[in-house]
Amino acid sequence: MNAPNQSGWKPAMIASEDGMHNGPATTTGNRALMLEEPLLFEIGRSDVTGVDLPPVDADAPTRLGALGRSEAIGLVGLTEPETVRHYTRLSRQNYGIDLGFFPLGSCTMKHNPRLNEKVARLPGFADVHPLSPQNAVQGALDVIHQLGGWLCTLTGMPAVAMSPKAGAHGELCGILAIRAAHEARGDAREVVLVPESAHGTNPATAAFANYRVEDIPATPEGRVDVAALKARLGPDVAAVMITNPNTCGLFEKDFREIADAVHAAGGYVYCDGANFNAIVGKVRPGDLGVDAMHINLHKTFSTPHGGGGPGSGPVVLSEALAPYAPLPFVRQQTDGTFYLVEEENREERGPSFGRMTAFHGQMGMFTRALTYMLSHGADGLKQVAEDAVLNANYILRSMEDILHAPFAGSGPCMHEALFGDKDFTGGLSTLDVAKGLIDEGYHPMTVYFPLVVHGAMLVEPTETESKATIDQFITAFRAVVERALAGDEALKQAPYYAPRRRLDETAAARKPKLAFEG
Amino acid sequence: MTRYFTDEHEWIDVDGDVATVGITDYAQSQLGDIVFVELPAVGTSVEKGKDAAVVESVKAASDVYAPITGEVTEVNPALEEDPALVNSAPEGDGWFFKMTIGDSGQLEGLMDAAAYKDFVASL
Repeated sequence: MNAPNQSGWKPAMIASEDGMHNGPATTTGNRALMLEEPLLFEIGRSDVTGVDLPPVDADAPTRLGALGRSEAIGLVGLTEPETVRHYTRLSRQNYGIDLGFFPLGSCTMKHNPRLNEKVARLPGFADVHPLSPQNAVQGALDVIHQLGGWLCTLTGMPAVAMSPKAGAHGELCGILAIRAAHEARGDAREVVLVPESAHGTNPATAAFANYRVEDIPATPEGRVDVAALKARLGPDVAAVMITNPNTCGLFEKDFREIADAVHAAGGYVYCDGANFNAIVGKVRPGDLGVDAMHINLHKTFSTPHGGGGPGSGPVVLSEALAPYAPLPFVRQQTDGTFYLVEEENREERGPSFGRMTAFHGQMGMFTRALTYMLSHGADGLKQVAEDAVLNANYILRSMEDILHAPFAGSGPCMHEALFGDKDFTGGLSTLDVAKGLIDEGYHPMTVYFPLVVHGAMLVEPTETESKATIDQFITAFRAVVERALAGDEALKQAPYYAPRRRLDETAAARKPKLAFEG
Repeated sequence: MTRYFTDEHEWIDVDGDVATVGITDYAQSQLGDIVFVELPAVGTSVEKGKDAAVVESVKAASDVYAPITGEVTEVNPALEEDPALVNSAPEGDGWFFKMTIGDSGQLEGLMDAAAYKDFVASL
């Protein structure tokens, strides 16, 4: 059989003399079937509605009294097809993981298998109500219980709190458990130590839990300075919060030594598990001396960061912290049925510090994560970490000859590769490379984070990308970086081909317009 | 009037028993466009090396540390309306706050202009 289109013929794109693919301007401002879309307020009319409402009887009795509206509410009127088209047109200008490669470092933008969605939409899960009688939702409780079992096994930890609803919420859960454990023995500690490369949520969590935050410096190779950390430990330190692998994309190989020192000083070890994707199935944080760690179900176990829906941040806890876990938790009875331990179970609830949420957590994320685990199996989850790390190292080693890679000499990276803008010329910066990548058809990597690297570019390919996809990205990334190294002035104006040219982020931050002005 | 510099890129001008504090030209160039400055309240006691203000750019939010210990006596009201002053005149109209000098001995550990210039060149 002949291969299709052997000549490689494609219909031509319109090219103007400057090579910008710009033809003559159109009357409408549209570019063929890519439509320019105004705001709802610009297209809506007051005399149109998509809903057939009966006329209002102005004399109808009302009990609103002085609370009744005195003027029109000001909503725009649109027909149903106008409304549908508005949002569909906007959605065509959106970019997501289902459209292309999304190398946003620290976010783990991996493919979300469709099987997860199918299972999450089963009526028994999708329509479950949090106030249903427990005997009517045994399947849902079984899912929570099984998922918790997987999380404990994968982390080597004895207990898990399932209810926190995102990573930062999980951090708060862990730190509140640590506070409860200290207070239970009358130990008033005031300080939480956080490395300088930490996610911003770490110091924010500690401060929110009423701790004073102190920075721990990093070594030149990008890991926690163990000597500095040990020197700071003392009777006032409640906990350390360490991300492993860290935000420089490196495994904290001295973690066990750090944990032992913290425990010897009477503190607890919080591990930010946001990067668990890189070590799942390979390393059990419980073996490293972790007391509490949140797991971003929505990152490690499929749905992309945020995912267009809720996150979920269960927290695994050590023996020392397990008694303080928040309510409710699912327990299994000897006859195999499940029940929830709530406030009224006074004996079983123990010294729990209280509640993180009204109900049991993000059921939709639980079903997706458990589906992901069961469909991959234990061996598949191990391969997830291996492939994520392999892909990131492939990018690191494919770029380091032209792009400053500050920690390339620190050994293999984990699931993300970190670069800096040190060698760019002509005033070009990381931001220009990010905008240039948009023209090349890629969502940019994470930029200017972590702060410890000048002009940081953090690239996380995840395990779900093929070598072909990554090779195409490297080709584009190298081309844009070469332009930045050569001081290409034109790059400062990128993007040229996006629906909007470069936005003025400074003006938007200094003088934000937060409401539509007609 | 004598100007001193810290290794965290603050400058401090000493005029009698009042000191004026801001961030250096190098600091603003590294931060990029400044979009917001959070200043301490007048009367706040600040401690050498501890947080005194926050400066936010399009790239990141950063702490500004007190170069010496003392009490804040005045803050620059112009920065609320026009944080860009920190970019355009970091070591002039873009000053952050004025403070008392709790211990003039602390000034001796700071850098002078020449030493700071060498320090920046070494980064």
